[in-house]
Formats: sequence, structure tokens, C-alpha cells
Amino acid sequence: MMTIKELSEKLNLKLSGGAEGLTNEITGGYTSDLLSDVIGHAEQGNVWITLQTHKNVMAIASLKELACVIIVNDLEPSEDMISQSNEENIPVFVTSESTFEITGKIYNLINK
Amino acid sequence: MRQFRADLHIHTILSPCADLEMSPKNIVQRAKEHNLDIIGITDHNSTRQCGIVKKEALKEGIAVFTGVEVTTQEEIHCLAFFENEIELLKFQDYIDQYLPDFKNNTDLFGYQIVVDENEDIVFEEDRLLISALNADIDAIESKVHELNGVFIPAHANKASNSLISQLGIIPRNLKADAYEITKHITQEGFISQNKLNPGTSILRNSDAHFLDQIAAITTIYEMESPDFTEFKLALNGLNGRKVVLQ
Repeated sequence: MMTIKELSEKLNLKLSGGAEGLTNEITGGYTSDLLSDVIGHAEQGNVWITLQTHKNVMAIASLKELACVIIVNDLEPSEDMISQSNEENIPVFVTSESTFEITGKIYNLINK
Repeated sequence: MRQFRADLHIHTILSPCADLEMSPKNIVQRAKEHNLDIIGITDHNSTRQCGIVKKEALKEGIAVFTGVEVTTQEEIHCLAFFENEIELLKFQDYIDQYLPDFKNNTDLFGYQIVVDENEDIVFEEDRLLISALNADIDAIESKVHELNGVFIPAHANKASNSLISQLGIIPRNLKADAYEITKHITQEGFISQNKLNPGTSILRNSDAHFLDQIAAITTIYEMESPDFTEFKLALNGLNGRKVVLQ
């Protein structure tokens, strides 16, 4: 299984917060911008790919024990999202890539 | 015609994200200090704190529009207000039917409690109130109107949980009685950007989650009395009643 750190290095992701959680392992991924959908369908250890940048994202990530959050299209996470990421030790990354591109790359890496 | 100053988007201690100081007593006290004529009680997906706030506010001569900030399936926040207890209860039944049975985690989201006038806890909601109902915006709008309520998309221009953030546009067939906007956009700007009818009623409220936010943003209603019938007339710009954005 791959760690978050390995994944982030392979994909050149920019870390915004939650560095303490970098050694966690990844079980898979979930791509969605609806929080209720993530509550219903994401699984423990998943990478969550989204364009949402507010602090409820971290509450949901923590609740579902997700591995990390990747924000697409170079969007900036809000300050309270970053501080909650640090509190919960769940890394938040930013990528310049689109949801489609980053999801495809992660899918290929995980399923190799 | 008289002018009534109102803040119609106020959360109480029942909303997980609202401060624990947001008790009925404190909210009414703050509204009184700031000379509000009308307050709207709009917790996330619950109407259960409305009755107690209304009772407390009556003692101070402040009118309360009892309502809720409902989360649609598309995760759009919309304000809904109801005239009487029966309609409010019927809408609570509707929420209870469509709110997912997903438990709150108080450490992550905060407490969801109803308190009485003495700030004693009388109810705790165990389902997470920031979940989205399993009903879309059109279905919820229909239900609100079926119960003679008022339906207002909340902070419609905001970057998250708004009509614009979730749908990108205002659907042509949406039967909103008014739109609430934030201070980041002008009334004219919002109306022209979204090609709305120039007469559309636009409101601003505080969306208070903390006591000191109450009355920070208000809207004036020109009408005969601070009641629901007059409010509906004002939203529709009928019989000389109107909304005056500050």
C-alpha cells in the first residue's frame, strides 16, 4: 500500500496543512464536491479529490477517517480549513490539475 | 406605512456551528439592544428552537418569523418561513422524513441542543443537522409553498452552499419569493448578473452564528405591521409594501 507522502511526491502535490498525517496509508480514492455524497460513499483511508475549500471539508474528512484531501485547479484552501487540517492531522494538498486529470492519475497509481 | 428593521437569518445554539451563547434569552436581549423590530430564527435543518425564541421575544415586543435554513440535495442553503405553529410543525415533519439518519459528532461539528428560557436543555438532536435533505430545491420549494410559507435562497451569491455556487445559475423556473445576498455584491449587480426581474426582492441578513453578529446586517421592510401577511406583501411589492435594502 502507498503512503500519502509517496503519492504526493509522485504527483507533485503542494502541501497546505496536516503534515503530521503524511505517513498514513491510502486505501483508495473518492472524487466528489457534495459533502453529503462523501458522507455516504467515501471509505476510510480514501484520498478525497474536491474543489471545496471550506472547513466543513475537514470535519467530514475526519469523520470518515479519510487519508487526505486534494484540492484541484489551484484553488486556495481557507485559513480555517488549513488550521483544522493541522488539528486533525489530515493532510490537505493543492494541485493545478483538474478533477478529471488528478483522479485518473491517482487511479492508475493505486491500481498498479 | 411604517418601517421595520429586521435581521431574518439568525442561528441559535441548536445549529452545530453556532456559538453556545446563542440561547433564546441572549438572542432576544441582543435584538432588543439593537432595536430590531423583527428577527428570523433559521437553524440548519431544524425548526425546534423557534417556539421558545418567539415566546421570549413577544415579552419584549419583538416579532419573530419562525423558520429554518434548509439544505437541499444540491447543498444549497435556503431560508423558509412559516406563519403559524401548525405549518412549522408540518415542515419539521417533512425535514424529519428527508434528513439522513447520520449521527452528529459533537467533537467535530458541535452541540445541537434546544434550550428553554432558563437555558436548560430540553432536547438534543442526534442526527447531523448540516447534512443535506434527500429532496431537491424544487421539491423543497413546492413543500414550503404548499404550507403557505416563504422561500428565499440564502446568501445566493456566496462561494459555497449557495444557489450560484452549486448550480452556477438561477434556474428560470425557480419560484423564490426573494433572494438573500451578502454584502459582497450590490442589489443591482445581483439582479443584472442573473437577469432577474428588476422588481425582485433582495434581502440582506447577518447569518449570525455569534451574538455580536446579530443586527450587524439588516433590511428594512415598509409595511403596516410586523406580521407575516404584511411580510409577504412586502416581498411581492404589493399594496405599497416594500423591501428597502440598506
